[in-house]
Amino acid sequence: MWERIREKLTILADAAKYDVSCSSSGSNRKNDSKTVGDTGSGICHTYTEDGRCVSLLKILLTNYCIYDCLFCVSRKSNDVKRAAFTVDEVVELTMEFYRRNYIEGLFLSSGIFKNADYTMERLVKIAKNLRLEQKFNGYIHIKTIPGASEELIQEAGLYADRMSINLEMPTDAGLKLFAPEKSHEEVKRDLAIVKNQLTVYNSERKLIKSTPKFVPAGQSTQMVIGASAESDKDILLTANNYYNDFNLKRVYYSGYIPISNDSRLPVIGTQPPLLRENRLYQTDWLMRFYQFDVHEIVNDNHPNLDLDIDPKLSWALRNTHFFPVDINTADYAAILRIPGVGVKSAQKIIAARRFGRLRTDQVKKMGIAYNRAQHFMVCSDSSFQLNTPEPYQIKSKILSEGNSRFSKTAAAQLTLF
Amino acid sequence: MLQTHENIPLMLFDGSWTGLLTAVFEAFERKILKIRLVSQEHYAENIFDIPILIESQTKKAERVWKGLLKRMDSTSRKHFFYTYLSEQPEAFQHLLDYAIYIFSNKENATKNYGHPDVLAISQIAKNVSRESHRMKAFIRFERWNDMTYFALIQPDFNVIPVIAKHFKDRYADQKWIIYDKKRHYGIFYDLHSIIEVNFDFVDQQYQSASLVKSVEKDPLQEKYELLWKDYFKSTNIQERKNMKLHIRHVPKRYWRFLTEKDLSF
Repeated sequence: MWERIREKLTILADAAKYDVSCSSSGSNRKNDSKTVGDTGSGICHTYTEDGRCVSLLKILLTNYCIYDCLFCVSRKSNDVKRAAFTVDEVVELTMEFYRRNYIEGLFLSSGIFKNADYTMERLVKIAKNLRLEQKFNGYIHIKTIPGASEELIQEAGLYADRMSINLEMPTDAGLKLFAPEKSHEEVKRDLAIVKNQLTVYNSERKLIKSTPKFVPAGQSTQMVIGASAESDKDILLTANNYYNDFNLKRVYYSGYIPISNDSRLPVIGTQPPLLRENRLYQTDWLMRFYQFDVHEIVNDNHPNLDLDIDPKLSWALRNTHFFPVDINTADYAAILRIPGVGVKSAQKIIAARRFGRLRTDQVKKMGIAYNRAQHFMVCSDSSFQLNTPEPYQIKSKILSEGNSRFSKTAAAQLTLF
Repeated sequence: MLQTHENIPLMLFDGSWTGLLTAVFEAFERKILKIRLVSQEHYAENIFDIPILIESQTKKAERVWKGLLKRMDSTSRKHFFYTYLSEQPEAFQHLLDYAIYIFSNKENATKNYGHPDVLAISQIAKNVSRESHRMKAFIRFERWNDMTYFALIQPDFNVIPVIAKHFKDRYADQKWIIYDKKRHYGIFYDLHSIIEVNFDFVDQQYQSASLVKSVEKDPLQEKYELLWKDYFKSTNIQERKNMKLHIRHVPKRYWRFLTEKDLSF
């Protein structure tokens, strides 16, 4: 029996690993019942050899699937071993792993067997069992099964901390090409069901404190990058729209890993576009934490992100009129735009300058990347520069300083980090 | 910045929290605000030194702590305590100088990151905080057959005091022990409260987290360890392999305590 469980776990973890999200933060479930589990700021319990965080037990309930999406390893026509967990097996694995401090909770997805509702019903059953019978207060992430009924999606939200459904491809046209049965319209419908219900619960909570939790860590989605021909602009504008329209907590970008011999897709053995993926995440951060508008970073003149430099530095080099920023007088938003200065350092600068004008040696110690920042900021002891260097000069100076990945050319995808 | 100039008076204390705060008290009492503070453990005798021996006194320490509390917000209180837990020789010096600076200046001095001691304390505290976060992540319990969950740790800093609450809140319905092999003490949660424990057998027999002799593991323990290892392997994407990043996130010194990194079976 153990051998069978081992085999199932191997198959169903392997099939689930292409879902990027492993976040376990953003929820605030307390262990009020004095049983087991709570959620908070999220913990990565380990990292796989690919350097990705392992926070949740991420598995499929089954990899049997009635669909034949070209980019998916579990597609109907793919010749892979199939397996299915029972509800009790998933519950037991989750509890036993959790009690040993291996995980923060469960990430449960599934191939679609029989139909959407039949599958979704089982996912809900597992979450319900964990919450009501095991009194489990750890993190649960449920993937919405496209096309599941509104009632089931709403019920799932009562037990899940986060729900998500993947856009799969950055544009609807791209999706249609690879997965004729799927559409962005369907994704929008499912995201809207949860979003609307969240609004209802949140307004109720203002009146009645005991209103039950409903998807407290919000919703997220994922796009595959590099399977079809979309530009970074297409990808980021789509992300931006979904952030705005559905209050998503996260959009994930997943560099396509070739798993099919279909001629429409990159051939097996092609390196996944890891550097491009990294630049997209950096841009995502600029949009969410650095007060950048997506159009400042990608637009018709600049539809793709630079691979050799990060998007913040790239923006700075295209907007030299904005610099240098005087860190002793500029507002927070302007300091945030200095390449090499992060959120924490910007806050430290604002707090510290109340005690007197800050010198270079003080700012250096606060944790900024000085080799980049020095070209864009002025401290109290900065000397006046007679001739302002050209952007390309700054760029080549920064690149030549050989700081890790910035010195690598875009072609060196293999040795990125 | 550790001051080593021999003209600066030297204070020796016992390394305890009470001792540290007593030293601050004595500094003001004796009106000597430029002092070298060294814990006895770290002190290397020097014939030119005439050290002032600090005798830890709860009353004096309490007065100092009360005064500091008035001048610090919750973040700087946390920073101060975390820095103490780092057990680093230079940390004690920074804490003394920091306390003197805070007492000698107006409100909000704790936010002056341009000041070397304020910055140092925020940075040392960050390191301690990172280590405590790592322990929250890397602790691996094994279940004994009396249903107690046991974990062995060897953190860089003395982080048990700051992680105890996290585990008590999370695992309220199971008995557990977290044992610091380096500092020879642990905490035991008995379903009601946490008590400090010292076990000789741990020091003698536990070489790594997976070696048990005098206590019996739950018969299912190994099976779940095996499932966890299976999961760890299966969830990896071979095409994205990046050992440099892997090791940056999971430094090798932690591997011996991590079930999934134990390659012995």
